[in-house]
Amino acid sequence: MLVTTTKGEMDDSLLEKKEGSLDNDNETTTWVEYWLEGELVHRSVHVLLKKNIVAEGIQAMLA
Amino acid sequence: MANTQAMCTSFKGQLLTATHNFGTAPTRGTTAADTFKAALYLASATLNASTTAYSATGEVSGTGYTAGGITVTNGTAPATSGTTAYWTPSASLVYTSVTLSTAFDTVLIYNSTQSNAAVGVFTFGSQTVTAGTFTLTMPSNAAGTALLNLA
Repeated sequence: MLVTTTKGEMDDSLLEKKEGSLDNDNETTTWVEYWLEGELVHRSVHVLLKKNIVAEGIQAMLA
Repeated sequence: MANTQAMCTSFKGQLLTATHNFGTAPTRGTTAADTFKAALYLASATLNASTTAYSATGEVSGTGYTAGGITVTNGTAPATSGTTAYWTPSASLVYTSVTLSTAFDTVLIYNSTQSNAAVGVFTFGSQTVTAGTFTLTMPSNAAGTALLNLA
């Protein structure tokens, strides 16, 4: 598989692949990195937002 | 029967479509939806509830990223459920083929049709991207989980 890197497209067999993830109340995040001889040449990130914004103060206060 | 004091849910939904105007508001020449954009900000920036409009100050910069960010896909009109009005972009925010070397942790959604007025600030864990893609996937578009909720 070809990977877009800082050095152009490279076959992933030439690269070291590292993956990681994070999951908390705010987000689920995954990332993939490709390294070439100790140099980071590709990093992509996918964030799933879990936490929205809520305007809870919208209430009729006519008391 | 008894009466119950409440803000009408239909009104909340209409706030999201600019049906009501209690003050001075922009003159609208069309009924079409506005264009919303999403800009990324450095972890060192200071966006918050006081942010009123898009600004390039603190915005990320790097290969493949255009100042102002990307257009938000708005294919689903605001809706109501129960007593909540809500809206969510209808597609993920995708920044393709970018290199963003300085850590960023925020996206600002703003209205580029209405003088870049701010809509919401959303934060996530600090990230960098190298010759890659940054994708922000939206939560489910439903009351309580949608990106914007008027509860």
